[in-house]
Amino acid sequence: MAAFSSLTDRLSNAFTHLRSKGKLSESDIDGTIREIRRALLDADVSLDVVRSFTAKVRERALGAEVSEALNPAQQVVSIVNDELTQILGAGVDRPLNFAKTPPTVIMLAGLQGAGKTTLAGKLGYWLKDAGHTPLLVAADLQRPNAVTQLQVVGERAGVPVYAPQPGVQTESSDVVSPGQATGDPVKVARDSIQEAQSKLYDTVIIDTAGRLGVDQELMAQARDIRDAVHPDEILFVIDAMIGQDAVQTAKAFDEGVDFTGVVLSKLDGDARGGAALSVASVTGKPILFASNGEGLKDFEVFHPDRMASRILDMGDILTLIEQA
Amino acid sequence: AKSPNPFGKALFSILTKDHLSESDWEDVEDTLLRADVGAEASEQLVDELRADARVRGEKDPQAVRAMLREKLLALVDTGQDRSLAASRPGAAKPSVIIMVGVNGTGKTTTAGKLARLFVAEGKSVVMGAADTFRAAAAAQLQTWASKVGVQVVRAEREGADPASVAFEAAQQAKESGADLLIVDTAGRLQNKANLMDELGKIRRVVEKNLSVDEVLLVLDATTGQNGMVQAKVFAEAIGVTGIVLTKLDGSARGGIVVSVQRELGVPVKLVGLGEGPDDLSSFDPESFVDGILGGE
Ligand SMILES: Nc1nc2c(ncn2[C@@H]2O[C@H](COP(=O)(O)OP(=O)(O)OP(=O)(O)O)[C@@H](O)[C@H]2O)c(=O)[nH]1
Ligand SMILES: Nc1nc2c(ncn2[C@@H]2O[C@H](COP(=O)(O)OP(=O)(O)OP(=O)(O)O)[C@@H](O)[C@H]2O)c(=O)[nH]1
Ligand SMILES: [Mg+2]
Ligand SMILES: [Mg+2]
Repeated sequence: MAAFSSLTDRLSNAFTHLRSKGKLSESDIDGTIREIRRALLDADVSLDVVRSFTAKVRERALGAEVSEALNPAQQVVSIVNDELTQILGAGVDRPLNFAKTPPTVIMLAGLQGAGKTTLAGKLGYWLKDAGHTPLLVAADLQRPNAVTQLQVVGERAGVPVYAPQPGVQTESSDVVSPGQATGDPVKVARDSIQEAQSKLYDTVIIDTAGRLGVDQELMAQARDIRDAVHPDEILFVIDAMIGQDAVQTAKAFDEGVDFTGVVLSKLDGDARGGAALSVASVTGKPILFASNGEGLKDFEVFHPDRMASRILDMGDILTLIEQA
Repeated sequence: AKSPNPFGKALFSILTKDHLSESDWEDVEDTLLRADVGAEASEQLVDELRADARVRGEKDPQAVRAMLREKLLALVDTGQDRSLAASRPGAAKPSVIIMVGVNGTGKTTTAGKLARLFVAEGKSVVMGAADTFRAAAAAQLQTWASKVGVQVVRAEREGADPASVAFEAAQQAKESGADLLIVDTAGRLQNKANLMDELGKIRRVVEKNLSVDEVLLVLDATTGQNGMVQAKVFAEAIGVTGIVLTKLDGSARGGIVVSVQRELGVPVKLVGLGEGPDDLSSFDPESFVDGILGGE
């Protein structure tokens, strides 16, 4: 279906045309910008971000760097790549923030099913591997067996789990129904710091329940958890398959808990992941990690350049232009 | 629109004028794009709408919105049967529902809500926990099931073969004369060929005992354009008879299902509206369309 033909396919015509002409007219550029806009939309970059992005690219493309370039088409592509990488890469090179006096507190937040609990295990495993002594904290007392899930994940990762309250599970469900909250996640989070201090864990990773951006009550709860533990790092976990809602959700979490970094999950799929661009440009927060699988080790530091190529299918485009 | 024009340019432009400004049309398209209807489908809809507006000589942006609503409704409301096979008169017994979809969309939750729904109708339900992969997946399903007194067939250990669990569950459902079998499967990304093959296998082993009359693809309303690829690949791997659009209680509109329904010819049957046991409802084209249009 045409909607999924790559930018490469669509730009190739435009570019052969441009190459034969050498010089770009304003309408050549507008045509190219339209293709780029379309590619970004197909990659799920949010509409407003697409607008400001293409405006910036257009402005640069009309400038001297393109009109004086030997190969103007190639120049436009490199401008797009440039601008993308720049937005995606803002602040990315920084390492995790560690506390001066342990424990370092990392809180995870995000929509339902984004990959928080899985990430808790990955982070725990990764930190342990680097010589830290992490503690996972089960502060999702809402989703059925979230606590059990974290315990299993912790066991697989060889990382201890602090789970003083059972949350919703079969053994305790005589009072609560699935989907209803139970217990006090703020207290669990607060107490976990003492637990870490007394047992000398140097990092605390707090798994929280999934929540919607529009859910004021649960957002306030996330804020309360944050204020009870003063995290050194609040990671917003977002699914790479998300569409136009990325901006609204990212803004809601940004306002709700003022996260410090982003983790893009499920990058092992074939979604183009335009959300990365949306979130980075509307919040200005760095994307720190990429989660790319269900296993404990499927996790890496985020690479802005790779993401840029992925969003625009740019690897192929660069090849195409080189062949010209 | 680019056909040779026998009347000369001026006359042609008068004949084709639709009285609305470019920015009015852009607003209309934006509404669709923001709801994840997708660039191509949005463009196509707007083009059709422009043609209609010309024919009707429509000048008022509000009226054009009303036309868009009609158009979307016609597109979404395909007249297909949105009932679950298990709810139809003369349904197989046990009737089978298999839940499929990518990771974290709401399969297990929807399975739990469905079990509850059928139990409330006085039906006997067996559930199969054929997600043997994700941490505590079976326990999660069990929690939902035990709330309504439904039996769950699950593996002894994690990592067991999901197809054997499905086989076992089908056998038990058959032997116990249950009205319904609901099989929960692990979330999987559609680009993982081996995991997609596994789905086909799950279906085949269930069919050794029972006929599979429903495969529900669970799509998360926040999903963007990848939803279309998901739908196609899952449909190829296991066959899909209906779509469940979850998390519509959030700010996402789920517009991708407009194309999914059309391309697959499979209707959205249910929507998920929250994490609670009663937050499941049948798909209502009108409120879905109003959600898209109100999504400004
Ligand atoms: N393929 C893939 N699956 C992932 C990744 N991260 C998480 N998952 C899967 O996504 C599903 C949801 O992951 P969870 O970690 O439970 O997500 P969550 O954010 O904790 O979910 P809630 O607690 O329900 O809000 C599970 O099936 C995970 O195995 C990833 O990077 N790649
Ligand atoms: N707000 C909202 N949350 C939902 C809805 N349906 C499911 N959820 C939540 O989404 C998360 C994932 O749901 P699951 O049922 O575990 O999803 P799944 O598809 O079984 O996930 P995997 O088995 O890991 O692939 C949980 O936190 C659910 O409570 C819904 O309609 N609205
Ligand atoms: Mg979780
Ligand atoms: Mg599940």
